[in-house]
Parts: sequence; C-alpha cells; structure tokens
Amino acid sequence: MSTAESRAPEVRKERSMVLQKEMIARHFDRLARAHEEGRKVVYTFVPGNLNELIRSFDLLPVHPEINALQSGMRKRSGDYVMEAEKHGHSEDVCTYVKCDIGMLKRGNVGPTGAKLPEPDLLLLSYTGCFTFMKWFELLREEYDCPVAMLHVPYQAEGRRTPEMVEYVVRQLRDDVIPKLEEVSGRAFDEDRLREMLASSRRAEDDLVAVWESAKHRPSPIDAYFGGVYYVGPIFSAFRGLPECEEYYRELRSEVEGRAERGEGPITPEGPLTEERYRLVVEGPPNWTSFREFWKMFYDEGAVVVSSSYSKVGGLYDTGFRHDPERPLETLAEYCMGCYTNMSLPQRVAYLERAIEEFQADGFLINSIKSCNSFSAGQLLILRELENRTGRAGGFIESDLVDPRYFSAANIKNRLESYLQMIEAKRKG
Amino acid sequence: MTTKEIVARCEQLYMDMDLSSVRQWKERTGGKAIGFMPIYVPREVIRAAGALPVGIMGGGDHVEIIRGDAYYQSYICHIPRSTVELGLSGRLDALDGMLFPAICDVIRNLSGMWQLMFEGRFVRYVDLPQNFAPDRGGAFYRAELQRLADDLGRLTGQEATIERLNDAIERYNANARAVGELYALRAEQPHRVPSAELYLVMRAGNVLDVDEHTALVRDYVEAARREKRPVRDNIRVVVTGVFCEQPSLGLIRALEQSGCYIVDDDWVLVNRYIDGEITVGDDPIGAIVEAYLERGTATSSRYIGDDEKGRHLVERVRALRADGVIFASPSFCDPALLERPMLEAALDRAGIPHSAFKYSENSGQFHAIKEQTGTFADSIKLWGVA
Repeated sequence: MSTAESRAPEVRKERSMVLQKEMIARHFDRLARAHEEGRKVVYTFVPGNLNELIRSFDLLPVHPEINALQSGMRKRSGDYVMEAEKHGHSEDVCTYVKCDIGMLKRGNVGPTGAKLPEPDLLLLSYTGCFTFMKWFELLREEYDCPVAMLHVPYQAEGRRTPEMVEYVVRQLRDDVIPKLEEVSGRAFDEDRLREMLASSRRAEDDLVAVWESAKHRPSPIDAYFGGVYYVGPIFSAFRGLPECEEYYRELRSEVEGRAERGEGPITPEGPLTEERYRLVVEGPPNWTSFREFWKMFYDEGAVVVSSSYSKVGGLYDTGFRHDPERPLETLAEYCMGCYTNMSLPQRVAYLERAIEEFQADGFLINSIKSCNSFSAGQLLILRELENRTGRAGGFIESDLVDPRYFSAANIKNRLESYLQMIEAKRKG
Repeated sequence: MTTKEIVARCEQLYMDMDLSSVRQWKERTGGKAIGFMPIYVPREVIRAAGALPVGIMGGGDHVEIIRGDAYYQSYICHIPRSTVELGLSGRLDALDGMLFPAICDVIRNLSGMWQLMFEGRFVRYVDLPQNFAPDRGGAFYRAELQRLADDLGRLTGQEATIERLNDAIERYNANARAVGELYALRAEQPHRVPSAELYLVMRAGNVLDVDEHTALVRDYVEAARREKRPVRDNIRVVVTGVFCEQPSLGLIRALEQSGCYIVDDDWVLVNRYIDGEITVGDDPIGAIVEAYLERGTATSSRYIGDDEKGRHLVERVRALRADGVIFASPSFCDPALLERPMLEAALDRAGIPHSAFKYSENSGQFHAIKEQTGTFADSIKLWGVA
C-alpha cells in the first residue's frame, strides 16, 4: 500500500467548522499572551458557566474540563492521569481532575502547545457536579489567587423555586461580581451584560434549530459525536460574543441546507449516506479514542438524533433562553438548568421525550467510569426507559480521558449486539 | 450495667437490618419514622415534627446484595447498592420517608432513584448550602428547613412549633454533651474505650430515640470508667476519611489489634457534626442554621472557604496528642479520595506521619490493612516517624 493510500481520509470541512477552529485558535492565542498584555484570566467550569458575566468584565475564561478533553483527544491525557496518581491521587477518582492536575504538574501546556496563563481568579461554579468543588480546592492549593464560590442548588424536585433563584442571585451580587470587579479593576456594567445576554439568546435560538433538525429522516446531524462540536462555542468561552452568533447562524444554515437536500450528517470520513439506526445517547463520550468510537457508529449507519451530553451546558431545547431583561435571575436559572443538575426523574423524562420526539429506534448509555454525576443511577434510567418506551436499551462503559478504560473490542462487540437487538425488534 | 451488656445491646441494634427497634417504637408511640443518609441532617427538625430520625448507613458486611448490584456499575461505591438492597427487600418499610443530604453525586442521585423506585413515599434532598454567609447560604437553608419542617408536619400531623423545636434542640444538645464525654474519655484513656465498642454505641444513636441514646451513652461512659482494662503499647491515631460509607466492625477491630489506639474518627458524624450546642430561643430554625453555617465540622463534603485546608485536622492531631493519621476511605468515594492529597500535604507540612488505605463496607479481608497499619504503628514506636 502506498503512503498516499494509507493516509487517513481527508475530513470534509464546512465553513462552520473552520469558523470554530479559528475562534478557538484566537482564544488560546489571546490566553497565551494574556498576562503580557495585561489581561486577566478566570478559571471556571463549563456547566452553568457565567461566560457573559466574565466577558462583560473583559476577562478571559479557561475551562479545565476542556483542557482535559483536548488532552484526551491529543492522546496526552494518559500520561497526565498517571502523573497525578504519582502525586497521590487515587485511581478511583474523576479523571478530568487528574488529567488537569497532571497537566499542571507537567508545566500547564495547553492544547495548542502554548503554556496556559495562571489564573487571576478561580471562579468555582458548583453546578451539577460535586467533584467540581474538590477540583477547585485542589487548584486553590496550587495557585495564589482569589477564589469565588458559586453554589448552585440542585433541582431535586424537578423545579427551580424562587428561593433557589434568590440564593444564586445573592451570591452573584454579593460574592461573584465583587470578586470580578476586584480582579478586573472594572465596575460591573449591567447594560453590557444585557447586550451579551441578548446575543446569547440569538445564538441559542439557532442552536435549538440545529437540534430540531434531527427530527428529519435522515437526520442531517449527529447530535452526539457532531453535537459535541456544535456546543463547543456556546458552552465555553464564546457565548455572548458576536463570533458565537455568527458561528450558529452559519451552522444552522448548513444543517438546514443538508436537511433540505436529504443529506445525512458529516462524519470524519464524509457524509453518511445511509441512516440505518436512530439512537438517543445518554452520558459523555470517551475522548481518548473519540474518532474510533464514532467510527463504530457510522460504520453501522447509526446516527445519534439526541444526546444528553450535548445539554450538559444548558437545555435550550426545553425552552430556556437567556433573558436580558432579568440579567442576574436569568444567569441563576441557566446555572440550575444544566442537565446534570436535574433530578433522576427529570433526566428520565427528558430522555423519554427525546426517544419519542426524535423517533429513535433505541437508546444507548455510555457509562463513564469516573463520572459519578452522570453514572450513578444510569442502570435505573435504562430500566425506566425500556419500560416506558418499549425501545431497546444498550449499555456500554468507558472513561472520559483515561485510555486504560477504553476497550475498543468490548465496546464494538456490545454495540454490534445492541444494533442486532434493534434489528430483531424491528422484525418483531 | 457493664460495658459488655451495653455493647451487646448496641450490637443487636447494629445487626438489626429490619429496623425492628424502629417498628417497636412506632407501635409504642404511633409516630412516624424518617430515614436519613450520611452524613448530616438536622434531626431536631424531624423530632420536632413528631417523627423518629433513623440513620441509614448501608448494609455493612452483613447484607447479601442480591438486587442492589443490578442498579450500580462496579465503579460506584458500595453504600448505595446496599441501601437499595435494604429498600427493595422491604427492610426499610418501617420508614415513612427518606432524606438525602447533599454530600456527593452518588447520594444526590440516589435521592432521585428513591423517588422513582418508591413512588408515593416522602423523599427529600436536603440541599446543604456551601455558601456560609447568613444572608445567602443562611437564608436559603432557612427556607429549606422551614419547608422540610412544614412538610414533615403535614406527614405526621404534628406541627414543628417553636416550643417543640426548642425541646428537640435541648434533647440533642444533651446527646451531643454525652457523646462529647464519650469521645473525651476515649481520647484520654483509649484502653478503657475500645473503638469497636464506641462505634457500636454511636451507631445505636441511628435508631434509638434521642433520650434513650443519651442515657445509653452516659451508662457506657460510667461503666467504662469503672471497669479495668489492660493498657497496651499502642500508638495514638486519628482515623479520617470514613465520612459516609462505614467500615465494618471487623475492620475497626483490626485497626486496634494492629497496634493503633484510635483517639478520634469521623464515623457516624451526624452525632458530632455541630461543634458545641445549638441555642434555644425565639428562633430555633435560625439557631439550627447558624450552627450549621458557623460550627459545622470540616469534612470533605463541606467547602472550606478562606480557611487553610487541613488546619482542622492538624489541630485535632495536636490537641489529642496523636502520633499520626490513618486515612481510611471508601473505594470510589470522590469527596474523601480527592480530599486526601490536600490533607496529606497539610500533615506533611506539620511533620505528622500518615498512612492510607481504601475499603468497602463489606470488606471481609483485613490482613493486608492490618499489616499496613501495624507497620505504621511499629515505625512510629521504633523511630517516631512512619
């Protein structure tokens, strides 16, 4: 076989993909130069993040989970995880945390190869994951900088009460904003925040249109493997910025165009030509073998029409939009509404609705070894969904960024068996 | 009564997975019983609403897991699967409701599982605030507690009035004083209070009415002071990290047999979560909130704001003249295991030796742990360092 033949197939790039790549490159470039240019940096988490608020102070956000998943995709996370274990971290705990700590111990070189700036503020937005709290306590031991803690109550009873909203708003007003003012040296500008929230809202409308497009047959998107790219800008450093709006306008236009033309989703090996299975997926993907994992699906013609992981930073598809008229309240409601901050009954109801509305053949749970927030309770979710929908449920296991817990053969075997089960159900 | 007699009764309660003592209490009083998971809920509110608070700490090493394992992957800790087992097998039927405090994602999600599995039963997630400012976390927690008190009152038919709340606070204050005496006696003369016995006495508080438990603790302390027991050449250790899922009795015994007097621990933390007493007065809910905000124990499920991580542990070690610390953490427990490196660093800075192991509530083999802690004890005895 010649070198040219053995090369991996060229990935087809749509304009939105190029836009996103450029946005991310610019962001990391700004981060690399942040301190020499006198800009301040805030480390914060993805779910329920306060990007508009952070950006309204002209601060630059860094998201440790994104660094971890990028390290996973670049095959560096295994070494980082083991580095953290050498420093006394247990093999049992969250591998995002260990990957981040390991990366820090190895010089904190980010995904683009440039060293990440140290934080000027650790903004702990404690939403939907208890481990976040421990993670930032660990980071606090490493950096000499202020910490702002935002405790976001859990929607245990499937709703947000006025007391819960008030609790978060008071923390924003009395804890978070004063810290942001102190670090940035700027006064809180509510009008600027409102403008950004209005921008977020427009981008959110476009993202929901993208999710809804999966109701077409064939679906023009893969809402899991493609979905994790689609949520990149809105869940991270860009929500509230004009470039984010532009990205989602472009993405929506591309996706709607594909739907009109009856085209399937774009995979790393080009457009999917035959949609054989429509699935709903619960749980995060594995990042260390992301492409291999995805290939197992598209090789079988399996398309994910809805996923819970792509809602980990917000459930816009159930109606939430940032509301510029109520800036702090809307931020509070956003924080509380992330997928992992929902009760188990809410999660089951959400997935049930997705299975029905997107006419899925079945649902699959990718259970992550080191993510208790997602994983604890998933076997009950599986039973409940099977009982309620009568569709076939599948269960596979892997990890976020620890390559030791990705067994390709096992997963492929289980996936193939699962798809055979769907076939058998179809035949009755 | 002798310690032997008291401990035998406590062991019987500890082994009573069917909660027959709770059933008897209900028959005797006509009251309701409300279960709660580790590590802390304000039991005063439950009692004021006329119910018996019942601590549920999993099935230990004496419940066969038949159905519980089908609900959890192998990489989730053990306590939720044994708790599900207890629930599905009807052994928690004496409970009229369950409370799940905010301590980790597993217990949090278990609250939702309980709603799905036991439809119609009273289930409440107690969202303990991690913001400790009175007008933020305090105001939120106050609203949560008032709602809990009101809802429990509707369930039991007994309103949690100011008088009843104050009465409950006084009873739990008395209990905290008795527990304080027990811990002080063990710290002072650990040979008189074997930790396996202390543990059983503490566990009895999970199922007994508070007054009965207070009397039991006092009886034990009195009997322990009276009785003579040999002094061993053990080192003095603080055991920490136990937090939620409890070690088996055999494991606690193994630790002592390996040459360690345990002079402080963090098991059955609900009995000692608040440092000091809660004030009785016109605003009892406010007093419970204040105690939680200002005087809650430093543990891995509680955010430590501006304070130095590990300071509390170092101070405990010094105050109790402990020779070292043993980290005993349940497998797959994110809070305890992520906390450990920070506490170890604090101990290193303070020059305090430490050792660590993991366990599950149903661990049955202690040989390796005993060897490890025995070596830890020997090294301290021989060289003063681990």
